[in-house]
Amino acid sequence: MGPITGAEIVVRCLQEEGVEYVFGYPGGAVLFIYDELFKQDKVKHVLVRHEQGAVHAADGYSRSTDKVGVSLVTSGPGVTNAVTGIATAYMDSIPQVIITGQVPTHAIGQDAFQECDTVGITRPCVKHNFLVKDVNDIASTMKKAFYIAATGRPGPVVVDIPKDVSNQKAEFKYPATISMRSYNPVSKGHSGQIKKAIQILAGAKRPMIYTGGGVILGQAASELTELVRMLGFPCTNTLMGLGGYPATDSQFVGMLGMHGTYEANMAMQHCDVLLAIGARFDDRVIGNPKHFFEEPRTIIHVDIDPSSISKRVKVDVPIVGDVRAVLRDFIHQMETGKLRTDRDALKSWWTQIEQWRGRDCLKYDHGGALIKPQFVIEKLYEVTKGDAFVTSDVGQHQMWAAQFYKFTKPRRWINSGGLGTMGFGLPAAMGVQLAHPKAAVACVTGEASIQMCIQELSTCKQYRLPIKIVNLNNKYMGMVRQWQEFFHGNRYAESYMDALPDFVRLAEAYGHVGMKVEKTADVEPALREAFSRKKDLVFIDVVTDQTENVFPMVPGGKGLSEMILV
Amino acid sequence: MRHIISILLENEAGALSRVSGLFSARGYNIESLTVAPTEDATLSRMTIVTTGSDEVIEQITKQLNKLIDVVKVVDLSDGDHIERELMLVKVRATGKEREEMKRMADIFRGRIIDVTDKDYTIELTGTGSKLDAFLKAIDASAILETVRTGASGIGRGERVLRV
Repeated sequence: MGPITGAEIVVRCLQEEGVEYVFGYPGGAVLFIYDELFKQDKVKHVLVRHEQGAVHAADGYSRSTDKVGVSLVTSGPGVTNAVTGIATAYMDSIPQVIITGQVPTHAIGQDAFQECDTVGITRPCVKHNFLVKDVNDIASTMKKAFYIAATGRPGPVVVDIPKDVSNQKAEFKYPATISMRSYNPVSKGHSGQIKKAIQILAGAKRPMIYTGGGVILGQAASELTELVRMLGFPCTNTLMGLGGYPATDSQFVGMLGMHGTYEANMAMQHCDVLLAIGARFDDRVIGNPKHFFEEPRTIIHVDIDPSSISKRVKVDVPIVGDVRAVLRDFIHQMETGKLRTDRDALKSWWTQIEQWRGRDCLKYDHGGALIKPQFVIEKLYEVTKGDAFVTSDVGQHQMWAAQFYKFTKPRRWINSGGLGTMGFGLPAAMGVQLAHPKAAVACVTGEASIQMCIQELSTCKQYRLPIKIVNLNNKYMGMVRQWQEFFHGNRYAESYMDALPDFVRLAEAYGHVGMKVEKTADVEPALREAFSRKKDLVFIDVVTDQTENVFPMVPGGKGLSEMILV
Repeated sequence: MRHIISILLENEAGALSRVSGLFSARGYNIESLTVAPTEDATLSRMTIVTTGSDEVIEQITKQLNKLIDVVKVVDLSDGDHIERELMLVKVRATGKEREEMKRMADIFRGRIIDVTDKDYTIELTGTGSKLDAFLKAIDASAILETVRTGASGIGRGERVLRV
């Protein structure tokens, strides 16, 4: 076959990569690419209502499947709108390829209409980016983009294609493999280090296993579960790591961190050996690092990214490698070495942990006329039998969803942990629902977050996405209000949402079903009805207690054992 | 602590800004940065002089290694190495000062590479501290202009940084 246009090459590359959905929004600079998408039906395009929604939807698709999410936006404002989505994916290490149109090569640098320096603007929030100036480079660049996005520590990759390049012709040949001298991600962990780590674990008196998003991204949940059970140690997950270990298991001590459980934070602070897996000791997890180090402990850290090791805390045994491969080596070495842990010490450590657990730090007052947000999540868990995909926005509702929905499988909990992007939940849920058409998908949100990408209700209508939106409506930016209550003398500066829309009628205006729930007794029936409507998007506006706060809380700058409890 | 870091990177548009952007985004210091293509035109060699605690330097080298365009990173300060910097200084050279400037340039093994009846331009190569010493040794008010390249470094003996 003869030469084809750059635009057709782009689409052929997507086909070669087995891309199922492209989330995007057309515009001048990508018209040739859209024209080629129109001419074929292998790659399906999902038209969003705002480019941020496109990247979040591709993100949700990726998080729920382990495939690379793909989005397509035009130059200038198309790119700048997408930046929030790209930065969100970058902070949580989500593999994505974002194809962006650019003004024609001769116009670059001329302040042309809808021009922006895409490579410059996105550089700090991508794993890598490319500007393709030669049509002959499109195929190899696309191959590199998918390879870089999905391997090593994953992340978003931007491919910027000027309009004229997408209209020039070249022979198409998609490279079968790619090797780059400057990019060789590691896979196997150092076996000597693993041996050393196992010896330390065997001698531990008060061990703790702390795991993060790396276990989810590295597809290592079953290996983690096996390892934790073999060792008999307590296990905690970060916000990004929920579902990595089944939350219903007795060895699970809950999420840790700023809004983690008392038992998880206390065990983290007082352990003598800490095994950290695919986690990065960030500020929301360990609080004040100085306070963290007041208790001596030996730290073993498994991560695919060497720069995550000894970044915030000094590590004693670093193990760089693919989390799943490393955990398999752990299990293998422990089996062949007939590992024996210190059972007596472990028994008294568990007694201590159970005592902490007995504090029942997540308890809340069920009584009263006002609906408690925690209760809504508990009912959501029951009604969906713990088997839904749950996306969230950012704020109090996110923390309650993380605390009260017991995730037992990886890739079920989809939230913006690193960047903390309000507006993420609904578009992410679209990507999840498209990837899992039959599954129950809930978007737990609040009346502030949901309005940041509310326009995507229109996309949901177009593609008939039966998402269930659970809007915990307290008429406040709840987490902002909580901080103002605790640290700013109850001065609620601009955290009150006046003039809220009637969400029921808003949902109806978009062609969906709206429900309003104002009584505790109505929560469960409403959820049951919503989830029984398999074909409808249902917007459940739940009027909740305005004064409720998220507990426990480690205030900013404080140590893990300095929690505020109910 | 002062460190001198050598980097081999793909000689591609934007590679420099990936490195400089990393330093500004993460709040690392850059005292000097020099870059030019190597004998292999697809590669550039960069030398960065920076300061920081051991932990910070460890992070700098790890973060540099993470950049897709970076092929190799070496902290030259970890072992024996040589560093050189080039400086061009334009000085006033009239009357009595004219002979004095010539003498100082000779003492520091500098070369006068441009001459007018009013000034000299002196070329000087050495470590940064030698260049500093020269500037201190001459009359400050005679300095019209200075331009320095920043340090370039290379390992001693068999210590080689290549692909």
